[in-house]
Amino acid sequence: MSANVSNRHEESAVYVYQIPLRLWHWINALAVVVLVVTGYLIASPLSSVPGEASENFLMGYIRFTHFTAGYVLAIGFLFRIYWSIVGNALSREIFLPPVHRLDWWKGVLHEIRWYLFLTREPKTYLGHNPLATIAMHVMFVWGTVFMIVTGFALYGEGTGMGSWQYELFSAWVIPLFGQSQDVHTWHHLVMWYLVIFVIAHVYVAVREDIMSNQSVLSAMITGWRTFRKPGNPGAD
Amino acid sequence: MTETFYEVMRRQGISRRSFLKFCSLTAAALGLGPQFAGKIAHAMETKPRIPVLWLHGLECTCCSESFIRSAHPLAKDVILSMVSLDYDDTIMAASGHQAEAIVDEIVEKYKGNYLVAVEGNPPLNEDGMYCIIGGKPFVEQLRYATEHCKAIISWGSCASYGCVQAARPNPTRATPVHKVITGKPIIKVPGCPPIAEVMTAVITYLLTFEQIPELDRQGRPKMFYSQRIHDKCYRRPHFDAGQFVESWDDEGARKGYCLYKMGCKGPTTYNACSTIRWNEGTSFPIQAGHGCIGCSEDGFWDKGSWYARLTDIKQFGVEANADRIGGGLAAVVGSAVAVHAAVSAVKHKEHQEEKKGDE
Repeated sequence: MSANVSNRHEESAVYVYQIPLRLWHWINALAVVVLVVTGYLIASPLSSVPGEASENFLMGYIRFTHFTAGYVLAIGFLFRIYWSIVGNALSREIFLPPVHRLDWWKGVLHEIRWYLFLTREPKTYLGHNPLATIAMHVMFVWGTVFMIVTGFALYGEGTGMGSWQYELFSAWVIPLFGQSQDVHTWHHLVMWYLVIFVIAHVYVAVREDIMSNQSVLSAMITGWRTFRKPGNPGAD
Repeated sequence: MTETFYEVMRRQGISRRSFLKFCSLTAAALGLGPQFAGKIAHAMETKPRIPVLWLHGLECTCCSESFIRSAHPLAKDVILSMVSLDYDDTIMAASGHQAEAIVDEIVEKYKGNYLVAVEGNPPLNEDGMYCIIGGKPFVEQLRYATEHCKAIISWGSCASYGCVQAARPNPTRATPVHKVITGKPIIKVPGCPPIAEVMTAVITYLLTFEQIPELDRQGRPKMFYSQRIHDKCYRRPHFDAGQFVESWDDEGARKGYCLYKMGCKGPTTYNACSTIRWNEGTSFPIQAGHGCIGCSEDGFWDKGSWYARLTDIKQFGVEANADRIGGGLAAVVGSAVAVHAAVSAVKHKEHQEEKKGDE
């Protein structure tokens, strides 16, 4: 920045996240939190409640909440796929990382260097940086697909043979894994995979918001991505 | 002309009244309507008896032991009279070469029209030398007997999935029947052992209707393996209420609370124990206060502990489970994030100050 504009704070802004996408993000975030908490409590239930069985339904409510949140997540994810088709160009980013582009891979390398403190100047991106795109695709997208498929397979065991959940999911997922117990184990392991994603996602979002050129946190609320430096945000 | 089932039964001293009772009970066990009792009776009166060869590989005979304890002595007598006449090396009268000759005879005489029931499984290591029948590896007898059979019944978890002899590290390479014999319809009746009434009902269905009962994707008859123990467990209300046995002999155990936290595999086990029960409907493991061990599921010996909800994961060298691995990784990532954040904060500050210095 040259001396004559040092006191002025230059910002430009681009509208990146449309309303449906932002709504989906926060509903999905809530669903994930509810699913992780209730899912953990299904595997490791709370201490026994006193009284007659007929007067209590604690485990039933926890499972009900898990299943409801599961439906919210699954339907939301279907909507998200739909939105990747009808939404703006950025809405497809996490589904289709441009792995065929060399400069994109150079961007990945740059981001790795940036996170290892080997590069001092961050690059400016309109959407996700290339490393973030990989994380979103591999961890979030495929993690979520895995959880939806195994989740419905386990749910279908309860709704029983003949139900659409059973026929669409349980009927092939359970033989694929060998048996129900294995599906439970994998569903549980991938829950932790998503927990790790959430930890990294939240941390990196906050960090980028502070340290890089573009706004991250407020962008998912207002939809506008603001840039501290008048660079060329359309570079990627 | 071969005898019909009915003729065989009468010859065994079974009254007509008992025969009809058996037909009604079987219809009920198969989940068929009352009108099917007459159909079963008619089929058994008119159809020639289908021979059954009952082979024994690596096994403990618990399937046979269960089978001969079928809840209704009637059913046991009837079925046994149909089966034992041919070949079953643990209960038939013949022995030695005489016994082995029966297999040849059946294969020759009834080509394409006999059933093979397999108890246990063939070990494949060392050319099958870990299980010898009549001087030859069992796998050879199995291949020979099944070549011209109509269908195969895999009795129990051994024949269906491998069971204990196939548990890690499986030194003899014990292999379930469907992985050795391909191209024949196989009905799996898993369990260690399977429930007696399930066994008699499956064999009666095959013999009377001359067709395979409806199977699920894993090849198990849907009529007995379509629901989990958990779905029909009488302790289920305690599960839904959130009332669990926390340790053996605690207050919850005395009150008959749910055994989920004690590692009960009822929620992941497909079988009919909680409806048909065992020993003339007397009880089943959960009713006796012990969780289900999942004996009718694939590889249940390696899905332990039987006393923990989460399966042990042994691939990491040490005993772990999903929570220890996943939670451990999350903690590592969390700590890494904290350190990274601290370094980032320091660097960021330095950078800001440098910038200020530049200006």
